[in-house]
Amino acid sequence: MPMQAEHELHRRRWSRNVGLGLVLASLVVLVFALTVVKVRQGDLMEGYDYQPRASVLPPAAAAPDAPARAEEKEMQP
Amino acid sequence: MSDIHAYDGAPEAEFQDYVALLKPRVMSLVVFTAFVGLLVAPVTVHPFIAFCAVIFIALGGGAAGALNMWSDADIDAVMNRTRNRPIPAGRIQRGEALGLGIALSIISVMMLGLVANWFAAGFLAFTIFFYAVVYSIWLKRSTPQNIVIGGAAGAFPPMIGWASATGGVGIEPLLMFALIFFWTPPHFWALALFMKEDYHKAGVPMLTVTHGRAATRRHIFAYTLVLAPFALWLGLTPVGGSLYLAVSVVLNALFMAGGWRILKRDEETAIADGYAFEKRFFRLSLYYLFLHFLALLVQNQWGAW
Repeated sequence: MPMQAEHELHRRRWSRNVGLGLVLASLVVLVFALTVVKVRQGDLMEGYDYQPRASVLPPAAAAPDAPARAEEKEMQP
Repeated sequence: MSDIHAYDGAPEAEFQDYVALLKPRVMSLVVFTAFVGLLVAPVTVHPFIAFCAVIFIALGGGAAGALNMWSDADIDAVMNRTRNRPIPAGRIQRGEALGLGIALSIISVMMLGLVANWFAAGFLAFTIFFYAVVYSIWLKRSTPQNIVIGGAAGAFPPMIGWASATGGVGIEPLLMFALIFFWTPPHFWALALFMKEDYHKAGVPMLTVTHGRAATRRHIFAYTLVLAPFALWLGLTPVGGSLYLAVSVVLNALFMAGGWRILKRDEETAIADGYAFEKRFFRLSLYYLFLHFLALLVQNQWGAW
């Protein structure tokens, strides 16, 4: 009888551990898939990457800026 | 092995006890209505984003359920129907339910904000607050109108679903809210009529306890009359259509006729046939809500107005 009681306890713990493990694993899968979908949609993708942000530059300044950037790129090793 | 008897008494919790803490049956209603609200919105959402949004709205509902279990532990321990819930049965500590509820609230709100938008996330946070604090802690114990006001918490999910897609509200989600809001009182009071629970012993002021059964019957009929115009009005908005209207006319006619019969029955006849009609009316109320939202869903695929 005592052995039976111990067995029951372990079964309950096992159920909790497996359950939580599956929840965490599915959360990882969910966040990863969500990242893939969001990146493909391209929403809110612009981060501060030490480059002029194209979306906040005035439209007139953006056009003549283009060849200058190309030069800059050539100068880099 | 000598300390084996330390485990006697309340058994340890299984995983399913924590699932039960989130009230999975309430969650199924949340999932369905939130999904319909999201799908009928005039903005197309990526299917996976829609799936995630519904998941986290449901998780928020589950968090509210856990907080409700935390605050209602003393009531649940007294009533037969709820005596075997994890907290009154001693498998989960009250504090654990509080912790789980708060943690899941934060996770679900943050994730819904990241998945959909922060308006929907704020709305979800408000809904959890409304159900856990305004309803569970405050109104449930203090007024016989508890069911009416608490119904608002159950009526928010389609609005959150709509907000997840559009980032705002409109007349359609407001009418979906009204549909669930005015449906909740007749649904629960019909249950209260035939579930002879000891709300009195538990100190919960249900309408059947405070104002009697005849008054409850009058209230049920009155709410079926209030409910009908909102259900039909929803059919005249851009999400409605001929199919929805046809379904709604039939269901509302049945519901009002049922409410009328509930009103006309007295306690003696009800006791004599074991509350047979009240039980039928309760089942009808479940179909009423499910078929309205199913009709919205089918109408949306079929082409609304």
